[in-house]
Amino acid sequence: MLNIEIDGKPLEVEHGSTIIDAADAAGIAIPRFCYHKKLSVAANCRMCLVQVEKFNKPLPACATPVADGMKIYTRSKAAVEAQQSVMEFLLINHPLDCPICDQGGECDLQDIAVAYGASGSRYTEEKRVVFNKNIGPLVSTDMTRCIQCTRCVRFLKEVGGMQELGMVGRGEHAEITAYVDQSVNSELSGNIIDLCPVGALTSKPFRYSARSWELTRRSSIAPHDGLGSHIEVHVKDHKVMRVLPREKESINECWLSDRDRFSYEGLNSPDRLKVPMIKHNGQWQETDWKTALEFAAGQLKDITKQYGGDALGVLVSPNSTMEEGYLIKQLSEGLGCGNVDYRLRQTDFRLDGKRTGTPWMGCNIQEIEELDRILLIGSNIRNEHPLLAQRIRKAVANGAELCIVSPLDNDPLMDVAHKVIVRPNDMVNVLGQILKAMSGLQKLSLCLPPTLNTLLEEIKVRPNTQKIAECLAGISEELILIAPKVGIFLGNMALSDPRFTEMYSMAEAIGGITGAKGGILPPAANSTGMHLMGVMPSATGMHARAMIEVPRKAYLLLNIEPELDCQHAALATDAMAKAECVIALTAYKSAALENADILLPIAPFTETSGTFMSMEGRVQSFQAVTRPLGECRPAWKVLRVLANTLGLNGFDYNSSEEVKNKIFHGEKPSALVWRSLNNNLKELVEIQINIKKEGLQRIGEVPQYESDPIVRRSPPLQKTKYNIRPMARMHADQLTELGLQDGDLVVAYQDKGSALLKVRLDNHVAKGCVRVAAAHPLTAGLGDLMGDITIEKASTEHAALYEKQLTEMA
Amino acid sequence: MLSAEAIEKIEYELAKYPKDRRQAAVMSALRIVQIERGWLSKESVTDVAKYLGIPEIAAMEVASFYNMYDLQPVGQYKITVCTNISCMLRGSDEIVDHLQHTLGVGFNEVTADGKFCIKEGECMGCCGGAPLLHVNNTHMHEFLTTEKVDALLEELNKG
Repeated sequence: MLNIEIDGKPLEVEHGSTIIDAADAAGIAIPRFCYHKKLSVAANCRMCLVQVEKFNKPLPACATPVADGMKIYTRSKAAVEAQQSVMEFLLINHPLDCPICDQGGECDLQDIAVAYGASGSRYTEEKRVVFNKNIGPLVSTDMTRCIQCTRCVRFLKEVGGMQELGMVGRGEHAEITAYVDQSVNSELSGNIIDLCPVGALTSKPFRYSARSWELTRRSSIAPHDGLGSHIEVHVKDHKVMRVLPREKESINECWLSDRDRFSYEGLNSPDRLKVPMIKHNGQWQETDWKTALEFAAGQLKDITKQYGGDALGVLVSPNSTMEEGYLIKQLSEGLGCGNVDYRLRQTDFRLDGKRTGTPWMGCNIQEIEELDRILLIGSNIRNEHPLLAQRIRKAVANGAELCIVSPLDNDPLMDVAHKVIVRPNDMVNVLGQILKAMSGLQKLSLCLPPTLNTLLEEIKVRPNTQKIAECLAGISEELILIAPKVGIFLGNMALSDPRFTEMYSMAEAIGGITGAKGGILPPAANSTGMHLMGVMPSATGMHARAMIEVPRKAYLLLNIEPELDCQHAALATDAMAKAECVIALTAYKSAALENADILLPIAPFTETSGTFMSMEGRVQSFQAVTRPLGECRPAWKVLRVLANTLGLNGFDYNSSEEVKNKIFHGEKPSALVWRSLNNNLKELVEIQINIKKEGLQRIGEVPQYESDPIVRRSPPLQKTKYNIRPMARMHADQLTELGLQDGDLVVAYQDKGSALLKVRLDNHVAKGCVRVAAAHPLTAGLGDLMGDITIEKASTEHAALYEKQLTEMA
Repeated sequence: MLSAEAIEKIEYELAKYPKDRRQAAVMSALRIVQIERGWLSKESVTDVAKYLGIPEIAAMEVASFYNMYDLQPVGQYKITVCTNISCMLRGSDEIVDHLQHTLGVGFNEVTADGKFCIKEGECMGCCGGAPLLHVNNTHMHEFLTTEKVDALLEELNKG
């Protein structure tokens, strides 16, 4: 520890900290623009100049390490003069257009100019003008306002993983720009808006719509990925105007993914369902709640009475709250129906009943940074959990080694130590190889159980998997770690795979040998919570896949669009069409709900209170930030009243808190969570390592901005580069084998369904696979996300049909 | 695509730095490509960035910072006259006027025959020889007078 003095205040600070760190810790304000605690130190704005005794010139507080006995003055005459001079310099070229600037009212430059600047400037010269750049649909630029702090450049390079912006030119001609009219495509790009200390980078969707002082700030929880990021929703006149991150070091730090930041635009979509609707002779008619609920209850009663509770299928979105999940489960039980499931994009349910507890990510989000070795299985991590990718990137920057086993070779924007890119079907074999190699490594004394040994006998370990095994065991080219901290995670592609059980068991066995932390990375905001409450089929009930495979007489849908949210789009559409009655609790009118019979308008996360449980088991409740739109009602209320109308007992909740208390039996949530989270299996599951599979396999990834109904309706997200029409993406060798070329039109067949798609050359796809995005109307005729697929060249008739489809969609 | 010769030269430069610090060779690589192609088009900058495995914008930052890199076509002979303080006090304005008058082009312009281009340079660190200029970043001429400039132009015209 060092003893220093700032403004006469004696302080004890750690070795190696800078003056600005010491001052921040002591609550002494030093103005700054370029310094940010999460970014590297640039020291180029000079705003943090302070006077240090025995130095004959002011020093930048952000780049000056403290020394023992240092005496620092932040408000001395010399310091104030330096601050005023820097301020005058920064304002030489800054346009004083605050009245038309979106940053006005929350602008660092404004605030610091008032606090530390002089009252006037001596400069009378003309100010420079910098032309604006179009860097995409999310971030708006006014480059004349830029003060060249380079926070945006450093963020994209250090946190985003890809330097997409840079400062070109020199001196007076220096300007921030992307490379030759390119856009900024980072899935974390919105953070540069928060980082920009002036109004040079502002939010494009929010632009000119409100002033910061008109907004009411309310806390909430991000509803899209499994992290449970803390957000602050800004509301004006009962309308969500924008979403910003709330600082939470252990989850989202001070960042937010673009999906969580800009999805709110989907809340105000014209698609929003505002009144209950009933289909009468094929025509939608608006109605009131009482009629709608009575009609729904009548239908449910009739069908369950006539055909039994088993005739009903209940499909729940994993983005719904715990309260909603709990109530719909209770309601189904009341109707004698065990067909309840939230795992809409899963195919393999062999682990049901074999688990000891609720599967989770197996460690805390923050712990990822401390891992030495990370194995990602079947995960396009940037697409699935952008901020988790950021944590892994941090770990890799700290020296961790990342290994990937996946059918997709997407660039995670960080160094990958080893990767094996194979067909989903072969991933099991690869994991088996890793396991076998590990058990053979000399450093490990552990032997495998005999059953596994026989399974692994025929497997031949290839050199690249041998390397992954060695890496996980702590042996690598540069150094050897005796007991590396290992993390093994299974992503969305593994979760949707028909051989998930094999992958999971293998991962568990590898984890056992390496002492790894890890588990699954559940895709949605409340996947873990839904499992915890058992929003899953009863012992005799059907799982999500069976419910659409064997059509039910009636369906109760909570917050989903069947053909876009279920893993087998064609079956889902078919099942809904065949059902006698489909009751959808939904926030949106949707083409995907054309086959429904009753639409009950429910409130999205901003208009209801509720609780999400994140992938690390954090139970987080939130309040409504606005009142429900039109006749919308929180889903927990709708379910309660529906249950009351059905005459079911035990549905007398007056608030979502009461439901929450019931879920946790009045205990602290953490107590129940602590008992429940467990990735272990009760018994060994019969698995096969080698299954021969000929033919093409589909990789049906759900694109980031198609993951749930809200995101699908956010215009700015839909305008990003990530929103491209689904195509049949294949490796060059695969194209040659099929005699196809980039740009050809093909028909993709899966089961009975088909889709017309353009071929796209994509060498990031494993050979033997076709990457066809899911959750899109163009691919709604297709089947399993990770199933078999055949590709045929399209005829001329098909071409005409394809053109027609496109015009229809436009 | 970079030529085989350029790649060979860039590899020579890369060998001077640690393997995982390929960005360190960006200045040399840009120089090599500029000498080969005359100037650095956006495609050239992209080629260099791709070869080094760095973001294109990072290469552009460097290329646009130093004024010995030319992001616009230059003539066969690029004449860069220093106009910083020492040279200015020793009469660089006169040299510039004379050059511009003789060649009929201003700064950053190329003569119609594509032979000459005049650029305004920053201090070259040889103030003892002011006023001065250099040709194609490599040949420096000191203690300039209008006669010396004429002689230089004549020589270049011949060659």
